[in-house]
Amino acid sequence: MVVRALRDEGVKYIYGYPGGALLHVYDALFQQEDVQHILVRHEQAATHMADAYARATGKAGVALVTSGPGATNAVTGIATAFMDSIPMVVITGQVMSHLIGEDAFQETDMLGISRPVVKHNFSIQRPEDIPATIKKAFYIAQSGRPGPVVVDIPKDMTTPTERYPYEYPKSIKLRSYNPISRGHSGQIRKAVDMLLQARRPVIYTGGGVIMGDASKELTEFAQLLNFPVTNTLMGLGGYPGTDRQCLGMLGMHGSYEANMAMHHADLILAIGARFDDRVTNATDKFCPTARIIHVDIDPASISKTVRADVPIVGPAKVVIDEMIELVRESKKQPDAAALESWWKQIDEWRQRHGGRYRTDDSELMKPQQVIEMLSKVTHGDAFVCSDVGQHQMFAAQYYKFNKPNRWINSGGLGTMGFGLPAAMGVKLNFPDADVACVTGEGSIQMNIQELSTCKQYDLPVKILCLNNQSLGMVRQWQDMNYESRHSQSYMKSLPDFVKLVESYGHVGMKVDKYGDLEGAMREAFAMKDRLVFMDIAVDPFEHVYPMQVPRGAMRDMWLSKTERT
Amino acid sequence: MRHIISVLLENEPGALSRVVGLFSQRNYNIESLTVAPTEDETLSRLTVTTIGDDRVVEQITKQLNKLIDVVKVVDLSEGEHIERELMMIKLKANGQMRAEIKRTCDIFRGQIIDVTPNTYTVQLVGASDKLDAFIASLGNMASIMEVVRSGVSGIARGEKVLSL
Repeated sequence: MVVRALRDEGVKYIYGYPGGALLHVYDALFQQEDVQHILVRHEQAATHMADAYARATGKAGVALVTSGPGATNAVTGIATAFMDSIPMVVITGQVMSHLIGEDAFQETDMLGISRPVVKHNFSIQRPEDIPATIKKAFYIAQSGRPGPVVVDIPKDMTTPTERYPYEYPKSIKLRSYNPISRGHSGQIRKAVDMLLQARRPVIYTGGGVIMGDASKELTEFAQLLNFPVTNTLMGLGGYPGTDRQCLGMLGMHGSYEANMAMHHADLILAIGARFDDRVTNATDKFCPTARIIHVDIDPASISKTVRADVPIVGPAKVVIDEMIELVRESKKQPDAAALESWWKQIDEWRQRHGGRYRTDDSELMKPQQVIEMLSKVTHGDAFVCSDVGQHQMFAAQYYKFNKPNRWINSGGLGTMGFGLPAAMGVKLNFPDADVACVTGEGSIQMNIQELSTCKQYDLPVKILCLNNQSLGMVRQWQDMNYESRHSQSYMKSLPDFVKLVESYGHVGMKVDKYGDLEGAMREAFAMKDRLVFMDIAVDPFEHVYPMQVPRGAMRDMWLSKTERT
Repeated sequence: MRHIISVLLENEPGALSRVVGLFSQRNYNIESLTVAPTEDETLSRLTVTTIGDDRVVEQITKQLNKLIDVVKVVDLSEGEHIERELMMIKLKANGQMRAEIKRTCDIFRGQIIDVTPNTYTVQLVGASDKLDAFIASLGNMASIMEVVRSGVSGIARGEKVLSL
């Protein structure tokens, strides 16, 4: 019934790892061909693959893991999806129902463990409930503010010799869950009035625009008004990265112009963003002259950290559409003169400090150069799946995403080890696309066993390992705040990555000169059917800038090791 | 400020743990908590008293509303309401203090529901501050052996109801 329900939901791939509690389910999988199972090497990777599929397509990915350690290994992946509001259905095996609570072999209270990091979870009590529960799981995961849903299934609920009536519901209604379908018209009208009077506006958008499929609407709206747009880490690609109106990312490692524009704005239109601490810096100094319009599908995100003057609860796509309509109908126009001088100011900021880094202080390549080369070689069109650390920030800053759903990274939880399984999940579902995993020698080793999965399923992703021989972001903080005491932030025992990947049957390359980079990267991407691991030696002393000064305002930034705003 | 939040909850296994977990996970404070099924056996009614400024309480109600098992949430302290709590208190009572305790008990409209030669068990119903006042009024008169309080239950005054 589990497999049949997944098939009826239209699921093509599931990612998982078998075990005792799931043997009945795996036997059912064996006897059909509609739902294909991808065998990972560690359950965390299964959840990241399912998660990345969801990030790339907007549809819930599915992971299948056994009870006990299988389930607990999946928890990191579930929490990763939860923090970034990613739809996912995770089916966990459970010991037989009569054994629950008796500390049976491979028993763990998965409902309890997962509760704080799921949108909802279910435990199957009667086999005949399986189809409806799975339908509910997909419905909850994908509607409203998306999130992961766990379905815990005791082994005796899937006994193949017992037969039950099966009916997969077409749709489902829950009396206690009614996601909102549109924003409050009065509030939207009020917001549009304010927007048309703004003199120094900024549109600040997050993952809600990506997962809410509102990137087209946002682009149209921003261009209609000629307003600057800045994206959060999760929102990159929501507005074309190469467009003049795009200020890049904001926040802790945001661009100089984005953070300056936010600080001096008189009106901020936030859409599908949650005023995260990595964006706002100190909230009491946040954007002192701005009034705030906040559009979000989750009312709990509004006025959580920063008070909104005009809250609008609703899906980004529908709300922006309504705003576009109102602007078009309105007799008023945005104040062109005020906007012109605002743009002049922004361009001046952009000129002064926009996206520069030194290349003359090291023999070795700069990590930024690698990302810029990746952007060039793939025409800003690849799926970039990142791990967590300095390389992630460089990728966010220097890869110009022109399309949504192409930047796949663990923003909220910051899960090292995310990148490779994420790239695999994307490549499997988009076999013709260029899929790059941007990683470091630290992150990649957190899920390196998946090179084996790549071999089994022929997943020719391109791995760019920005090897600085240290945990760069930790090291940067130690440089800046702990007088360069590099406590545990370097590894003296790195493997020979080239030999390592070759042992898995893949292609390894070592690049240590900038002059060789372009050729090597082109060669790697030209090998369409091979996984290529590029071990790229980069400057270990490089820091990510700008970097906001802790407890400061948006505009308080370090711009290099020596310059401060 | 103290708030009394009433929640209508699906009467499902695990539903209560979601509510309690939310409070600890998000660092909200629980002063008291009561829960029992309603006349509709698919629903439970839960009352939680908490202390926090308006912003925290706004977040609490929003976060509670996000839980899938939560059907409705209302902050009773926003309007006219009635709150009641039941207390059973076991007191050492001998000699002439027995009469004195009985008198205090009458003043608070409490009932003595169990008696031994050396103890009284008093039942008292009222708002939480009335129960606190009773305990305070005992002073040195009687030593308290055991206190059991039900936690606060609340209901809105007038015709307002919290239902499906």
